[in-house]
Amino acid sequence: MMKFRFSRKQLCIPYALFLILFVVIPMLMILFYAFTGETADGGISFTLANFADFFTSAAKLSTLLMSFTIAIISTAICLLIAYPLAYVLARSGWKKRSVLLMIFIMPMWINFVLRITALRELLDLIGLLGTENYLNTIIGMVYDFLPFMILPLYTTLEKLDTSYLEAASDLGANKLTVFTRVTFPLSMPGVISGITMVFMPSMTNYVVSDTLSNFNITILGKLIDQYFTTYDNWHMGSMISIILLVIIFLTLLATGGFKEDKDNARGANLW
Amino acid sequence: MAELKKAKKPPEAAGALPTVKKDEKIIEMVGVSKVFDDETVAVDNIDLYVRKGEFITFLGPSGCGKTTTLRMIAGFDIPTSGKILLGGRDITDLPPNKRPINTVFQRYALFPHYNIYDNIAFGLKLKKIPVTYVNDKGEQYTKMQKLTRREIDEKVKNALAVVDLEGFEKRSVSTLSGGQQQRVAIARAIVNEPEILLLDEPLGALDLKMRKEMQIELKEMHRKLGITFIYVTHDQEEALTMSDTVVVMKDGQIQQIGTPTSIYNEPANAFVADFIGDSNLFNGTMVGDRTVRFCNRNFKCLDDFEINEKVDVVVRPEDIRMKEAEDGMLKGEVVSVVFKGVHYEITVMVGKTEVVVQSTECRTVGETIGLDILPDGIHIMKKEFTVNKYDGYITKRNTAAFGDGEFACDVTQLYPGSHLDEEGYLITAEGEQIDLTDTDVTVEVGLQNIEITDNAEEGGAQGHIVSIIYKGDHYQVIVRTEENEEDFVLDTEYLWNENDYVGVKIAPEHIRLALKQETKQK
Repeated sequence: MMKFRFSRKQLCIPYALFLILFVVIPMLMILFYAFTGETADGGISFTLANFADFFTSAAKLSTLLMSFTIAIISTAICLLIAYPLAYVLARSGWKKRSVLLMIFIMPMWINFVLRITALRELLDLIGLLGTENYLNTIIGMVYDFLPFMILPLYTTLEKLDTSYLEAASDLGANKLTVFTRVTFPLSMPGVISGITMVFMPSMTNYVVSDTLSNFNITILGKLIDQYFTTYDNWHMGSMISIILLVIIFLTLLATGGFKEDKDNARGANLW
Repeated sequence: MAELKKAKKPPEAAGALPTVKKDEKIIEMVGVSKVFDDETVAVDNIDLYVRKGEFITFLGPSGCGKTTTLRMIAGFDIPTSGKILLGGRDITDLPPNKRPINTVFQRYALFPHYNIYDNIAFGLKLKKIPVTYVNDKGEQYTKMQKLTRREIDEKVKNALAVVDLEGFEKRSVSTLSGGQQQRVAIARAIVNEPEILLLDEPLGALDLKMRKEMQIELKEMHRKLGITFIYVTHDQEEALTMSDTVVVMKDGQIQQIGTPTSIYNEPANAFVADFIGDSNLFNGTMVGDRTVRFCNRNFKCLDDFEINEKVDVVVRPEDIRMKEAEDGMLKGEVVSVVFKGVHYEITVMVGKTEVVVQSTECRTVGETIGLDILPDGIHIMKKEFTVNKYDGYITKRNTAAFGDGEFACDVTQLYPGSHLDEEGYLITAEGEQIDLTDTDVTVEVGLQNIEITDNAEEGGAQGHIVSIIYKGDHYQVIVRTEENEEDFVLDTEYLWNENDYVGVKIAPEHIRLALKQETKQK
């Protein structure tokens, strides 16, 4: 009889089962639906029509462009707000800074739908709701995803070895030059991590756009939802999901998120 | 000779390079202190100057303030009080980028996002130099201008040649070994042609062989460049090998400034003697004109102190001669012999005192030999005497045996939070049971905490009064025991007679005990 030997690898079995059930199989299903279509007699056949349809439909492409624009603007605003904050928090010698950091991170602990609903009431109160749909959506995205930008930036800047900054200053750099030549380049892992954490969900989080634009703005995530639920066209819905997946993959590739380097070890990448 | 040198004495006239005027001070620190936010005093009111062109080393154990001193010269830390002058100009508050000083950091701090070329060119690209032009009317005018690409290339190339890393321009920092990174760090600093190069334990991360090589190279570089090197290390051998001047620091204060030779041969106090090189340290008492008593013997010496003054006696192991058992001034038994390459290190027990001797001659363990110390091998230092210190042990009855006596004491102070159980075992805060019998301890008793009594048997130890000194409002009395000549120094209001036989009483709460540390590894 073979003796059962426990190895460390076996600790992964629960996760592997989970992965197969809820990630691999659904992915295969999406792939299957994306490249198939219903024939006239109700059967299923392989087709690239969904793919072609997406890139020839002006409506769908404009949704893609819209999602892109909103995501880029939201990400940029997040970065502009988060960087100075993270910089001050990380570089100050203040002992209570973790408390301050927590205040900025705390919104993450409150239910997301609740937060957005509250924001909607607030925007209504100041008269923006119903008039400034794009602005509201962007405000919502920034509000929602700002902590995801702050955290990786803070971690990177906090772990930045001060001797680099001292060395730069020692070699004749003034404070601005130290920042542009050393601090900022060395905080790039955090910047990239923050961008990916904000950009990708901003493309798809249609709860924000729906709630704050009174359903006037359709982003890519909303489109997928509509194909699955309203139009009952799983084939098109799946195809858009695949296209989104590819876009995300390409973004990651472009920003170097897959780069296997030591920066990840510094804790810059939170995921 | 080694009279007491106050900490704040300027360096002795030594170590100056022949090409440099002796009094040309490049850096001067005047009453500089640095207190950090958590109120630790890193540097405590130091006065110091650095001569132009010299190789000066701040030497001391970790936490002695040497790195903070260097950081204040670099401009990374601003002194809490005092002034720093560079060539006579006050630079105390000048930011680092405005100082003609460059630093080689302890862990190199090479920019990981730049290649070697860009690391070295970092300072050059920021530098502006005055260039003189002639305009149409023939008038001359100067413009501050950045270095051209070609000039930078040239300088980087030269700097790489100095550190022996030609052709490394395009390499990235992470592909370099520790020693190579070290060289790049040096190149990056010297390429800016600073007036002063600061080196913060630059060889600390290298292995021994590499370190020895770099020591020689750094010294050679110093000679070639002719600029001032300020070096920080905790390695006394490194300091003695490389420096023109050594500044020994401890607890934020300067203990001694001098040439390597003078620091080694004439240490200013027991700390310096112990820190620099190997040394035997004895508790001694002056017993006559240029005569000191230690190890139960009187020795002639060259230093003059007041009679009956308690002193620290330092004897270098190489200054002790071995003799036949009956010929020596001291007699003892060899307890260990270690071959050290050039010499033997022989440990001899003389009574209860351990004496370390270095000699090219060998002896065998267990042999009884004689030892001689010549007057010029005996260095006497004033003792900052504030407390009686003894080596002792804990007895079965949980009393402390020291100073040829036995005293009731509180043994629970050896382990914070502990208590004694009914059987006399110590129970630590963690609940562990310890038998303290024969535990070696160091004992400290304050001068004012010792009482003497005519009824000798009443005391924990007995002895004769050997000295009474009037100190203005009290007498300082020394009681010496017969057996091992242990001294109790005490302050009393009453006048006693010399040679009285007395008992020594110490209240248990005034006996401070500490577990004996393992002997320091050198």
